Amino acid sequence: MTYVVTDQCTGCRYTECVTVCPVECFHLDDEMTYIDPENCIDCGGCVPACPVGAIQPAYLLPPEQQKWIEINRRRAAETPVITSRLAPLPGADQRKMALGR
Amino acid sequence: MTTSPYRIAIVGAGPSGFYAAEALLRTGQDLAVDLFERLPVPYGLVRFGVAPDHPKLKQVTAVFDRIAAMPGFRFVGGVEVGVDVGIETLRNAYHAVILATGASLGRKIGLPGEGLAGIHQASDFVGWYNGHPDCRDLTFDFRGERAVVIGHGNVALDVARLLVKTPDELRHTDIARHALEALAESRIREVHLVGRSGPAGTRFSAKELQEFGTLENCDPGVEPGDLGRDPFDPPHDADPERRMAIGLLEGFSHRMWEKGKRCLFRFHLHPASFEGYDHVGRVMFRRMAPGEDMERELAIDTGLVFLSLGRRSAPLADVPYDGARGVHANVGGRVGGEEHGVPGLYACGWSKRGPQGTIGTNRACALDTVDKLLADLGSLPSPGADAADDLVSALWKRQGLRLDFDAWRAIDAAEVTRGRALGKPREKFVSVEAMIDAARGRDIAC
Ligand SMILES: Cc1cc2nc3c(=O)[nH]c(=O)nc-3n(C[C@H](O)[C@H](O)[C@H](O)COP(=O)(O)OP(=O)(O)OC[C@H]3O[C@@H](n4cnc5c(N)ncnc54)[C@H](O)[C@@H]3O)c2cc1C
Ligand code: SF4
Ligand code: SF4
Repeated sequence: MTYVVTDQCTGCRYTECVTVCPVECFHLDDEMTYIDPENCIDCGGCVPACPVGAIQPAYLLPPEQQKWIEINRRRAAETPVITSRLAPLPGADQRKMALGR
Repeated sequence: MTTSPYRIAIVGAGPSGFYAAEALLRTGQDLAVDLFERLPVPYGLVRFGVAPDHPKLKQVTAVFDRIAAMPGFRFVGGVEVGVDVGIETLRNAYHAVILATGASLGRKIGLPGEGLAGIHQASDFVGWYNGHPDCRDLTFDFRGERAVVIGHGNVALDVARLLVKTPDELRHTDIARHALEALAESRIREVHLVGRSGPAGTRFSAKELQEFGTLENCDPGVEPGDLGRDPFDPPHDADPERRMAIGLLEGFSHRMWEKGKRCLFRFHLHPASFEGYDHVGRVMFRRMAPGEDMERELAIDTGLVFLSLGRRSAPLADVPYDGARGVHANVGGRVGGEEHGVPGLYACGWSKRGPQGTIGTNRACALDTVDKLLADLGSLPSPGADAADDLVSALWKRQGLRLDFDAWRAIDAAEVTRGRALGKPREKFVSVEAMIDAARGRDIAC
């Protein structure tokens, strides 16, 4: 099992998730973050930390979201690890409000 | 000109102590960190709290080992601050001291009969099955058929799960041998997990609850009479995690009892007293479920009770204590706070903010404390250049050996070897003497 970042994260990039990960397994590109399934220890700490509910345990993903397991695996291998919080992308606050959070 | 590096002492080698060391050593400043730990073994509650059947979480120790390998890091094991060395002595030998001592004391419940035999702190049971040297001589009476766990958090779930798992489900974990043997003889068939709130008000995390649906010889259940009106309606502001947990409990309420054991989730029960002669025989509760017009008295017969009501930090001599929060008194990690602060003294982890969050929460917490420390560092008085090294040498000389990280590596290797023969990831040494003997396998006498 692992935890997976889904498309809710796109264009938001509050990196609250990164600050609570005990093993630094978040990776990042211009769009969003990805969890490295090889390093994730399933602590679940990032789930409540994400203000937009983008992170889910793999076993709870609905069928149409299952593809994110593979995307996280692939993109985590291709992108750099991120070890501390970034400034949110412009528009992140509006997106958070639009999502009603 | 030689510039002496800043010397920082951290007290407690649990997650928050390691993360504080990492945050300091990553600054690029010329500084060195001594991590003091009362036991010869590191990792705090990752070794002695996290349940043995959650091995994946324990992989976080690989991160701590990487931190231990950073230049400027030193592990000083077997030294209890406040006993073997005073906090003032430490403050005089270092620029700054960070307390990361955790929360080792269980909270009492404050009810009549609390002192009866058979009533235990969950933290003692956890320490016992995890082989903590302080807990190895405890005994628990598993001869009855029913146990009661009071408190609705994840530690209570760990306690209940360990009580209902089969020996085969535990055999290949790093559970202490004495615990595996005693639990294999257990006659407990029914565990009541009791809390004051309803299904929507627990602190269970969904992942931990979900495991109860997958146990080999135990069914989860809910006592219908406890529930009251609309028990499984999530509050409107519930996050997805909470909704999931409530949904799981609702699922449990439809389960039949088919397997050998049962774990009953009980709600809206307020403990009133413990009854029995020298040994507890039953626990009295008042039930106040929403929508019921009157409060009911209710008894659960049991000879084994675990209190899982949270933890607080052990006070340290010469360190101000916040009795209400159960932590070293601090404002944002500065001990004592803004006006009556103790200069150069800081806190992080559970001894700063109390027992909440996951392992990684301590990382953000330690970073925050280290930010404060770095802001103050220039204004703190400098100890003598050799003060820290002299102190550590003297402590080790007094012990007659050097319990550093290499000593831990020797203990670790010996534990893994012992475990291999039993098909376990490790068989822990459960006494400090045995740990030291294993460490002596290497040449660490000084
Ligand atoms: C039963 C249980 C299960 C848990 N399960 C999980 C889980 O599944 N997932 C998860 O994410 N988190 C879990 N946690 C939480 C996690 O263990 C804590 O968040 C974390 O260990 C707190 O770190 P800490 O460094 O503040 O304290 P601790 O880990 O308690 O470390 C404190 C250290 O300080 C040492 N010390 C204390 N006083 C002194 C002194 N005077 N001198 C020298 N050394 C001293 C202690 O020996 C200890 O090594 C669990 C906790 C418990 C109790
Ligand atoms: S906190 Fe959530 S939304 Fe923000 S970067 Fe992390 S996963 Fe994405
Ligand atoms: S579950 Fe834990 S280890 Fe995995 S990504 Fe989230 S915070 Fe990191």
